[in-house]
Amino acid sequence: MSAPAAALTPVAAPAARGYWANVGRRLTRDPVSMACLGVLALILLAAVFAPYLGLADPYRGSMIRRLRPIGTEGYPLGTDELGRDMLSRLIHGGRLSLLIGILPVINAFVIGSLLGILAGYVGGRVNMAIMRTIDVFFAFPSVLLAIAISGALGAGIVNSLVSLTVVFVPPITRVAESVTTGVRNLDFVDAARASGAGALTVMRVHILGNVLGPIFVYATSLISVSMILASGLSFLGLGTKPPEPEWGLMLNTLRTAIYVNPWVAALPGAMIFAVSICFNLLSDGLRSAMDVRR
Amino acid sequence: MLLYILRRLLYVLPVALAVSLVCFLLVHIAPGDPLISVLPPDASQQLQEEMRKVYGFDRPLPVQFGIWIGRAVQGDLGSSIATGRTVASEVGRAVGNTFILAVAATLLGFVLGALFGFVAGYFRDSWIDKAATTLAIAGVSLPHYWLGMVLVIVFSVWLGVLPAVGAGPGGSTDWAWDWAHIRHLILPAVTMSVIPMGIVTRTIRALVGDILSQEFVDALRAKGLTDGGVFLHVVKNAAPTALAVMGVQLGYLLGGSILIETVFSWPGTGFLLNAAIFQRDLPLLQGTILVLALFFVGLNLAVDVVQTALDPRIKRG
Repeated sequence: MSAPAAALTPVAAPAARGYWANVGRRLTRDPVSMACLGVLALILLAAVFAPYLGLADPYRGSMIRRLRPIGTEGYPLGTDELGRDMLSRLIHGGRLSLLIGILPVINAFVIGSLLGILAGYVGGRVNMAIMRTIDVFFAFPSVLLAIAISGALGAGIVNSLVSLTVVFVPPITRVAESVTTGVRNLDFVDAARASGAGALTVMRVHILGNVLGPIFVYATSLISVSMILASGLSFLGLGTKPPEPEWGLMLNTLRTAIYVNPWVAALPGAMIFAVSICFNLLSDGLRSAMDVRR
Repeated sequence: MLLYILRRLLYVLPVALAVSLVCFLLVHIAPGDPLISVLPPDASQQLQEEMRKVYGFDRPLPVQFGIWIGRAVQGDLGSSIATGRTVASEVGRAVGNTFILAVAATLLGFVLGALFGFVAGYFRDSWIDKAATTLAIAGVSLPHYWLGMVLVIVFSVWLGVLPAVGAGPGGSTDWAWDWAHIRHLILPAVTMSVIPMGIVTRTIRALVGDILSQEFVDALRAKGLTDGGVFLHVVKNAAPTALAVMGVQLGYLLGGSILIETVFSWPGTGFLLNAAIFQRDLPLLQGTILVLALFFVGLNLAVDVVQTALDPRIKRG
């Protein structure tokens, strides 16, 4: 067949895809995002299935096997200051570390979206009341606010979850409010209202669908900070309690070991760093995949 | 301009009051009786009642808040339960050390961040841009308390060139500008500077990109201005925002120094907070947080005013 004839062969029109399918396609074509997703999935799956991986007991220590270096026979990543297997504790540590790092952002996403959408959609006094209250929490540096609430409530996982949720609700509310205010003033919302849709229908059908995406992307960008802060609280002794394996707490208890076995002592921090940078890069990738201008 | 400053001040007052309210309530969200750390566990009912009166805990909450804030504006933040010294004097001694650390870290972070940001923004999509962006992302993703440990491992344990803990020789807590003290500042300041470095790099890179895509840059080039001349214009346009970011970062570091201060045993407000939390010294906790938060509010106000004064494009609304 000659070339011009080939050019004339009818080509099936590409199937129309939804916006989210497009975003997903663009995201899967970004090698950095996919690499980060892979690393995160690996750490998450390992943490979830930790008890079934045939690892050593993360709680069983031994006084004669303390602080073995990396590569010791039977202890691929060495042992900690109580002789417990580091590999097992690092993998088991992911369970709590990921939970206390991600859960506050999920809580704050739900609460902040509710407050922000309400403030943006209703406007007027409700908006004033919600947004001015939020302003007060912006007057605290985030670390200080987390420490203040955690410090007053005392140590514990639940208290650290509460304090971090309080830290992340204000920024999410602010983003949700500004996005909602922007969407509310668009013509299609007026059109929906003019054609007889009630407030709830407008909110559910026309606002939520256009607002949740940007809020979600913003929330994902907070997970990295949340991971660092949650483990930081444990590092200070305000989160998880020993002997629970958790990366921040492990970093704290291994601090005294930096003179004996520095590499083992630094391992839990490397885990926090890996998870945090992957969430950051993935969030950046998601944002540019959602940018329709590209 | 004066009117603008006055209006901003009027807006800050209710915020400051609300911040004080939050600090006041901290003691009351704490589990258990606030007197628990003062009284012996076997204190009689009568003694408990008396102490409650002495500390004013028998009054209704709004009255307590009124009394507390009335004292606070006069500089009386109560006294520390653990040491018996006034909270104001404890905070006063610690704040200076935190300030030195935070200012050093902010300046270092800003200089590096500005350098990386400008280079990355100018040579967008080059390898140097990718390197700077990667460094910036690493900077904001690093658990800085861990970076502090790693730096201690390298520079104190292995090389033995810099001290691992403290703010001066022999555990001295009074700062002096000599080498013996500055040696102690290097590791904590470098550790702390990583966060502002990352944020400033990202901000300035985006700013420079925006500025370079504006038409006035083409106009400057068209009239024959050299690259150096164009660069000066870019700096001038980026400066107000960059300085504002630096100011806010200083505030974050002042308030968020607790993790770094714990790693390096730096005798500042973070160290004080740490002690207050674990001794359940609630007046000290409350007072330190109040001072730091009010400082943050004041700093934000100053940043707003300076930015408005520097940048005529911002409306003084």
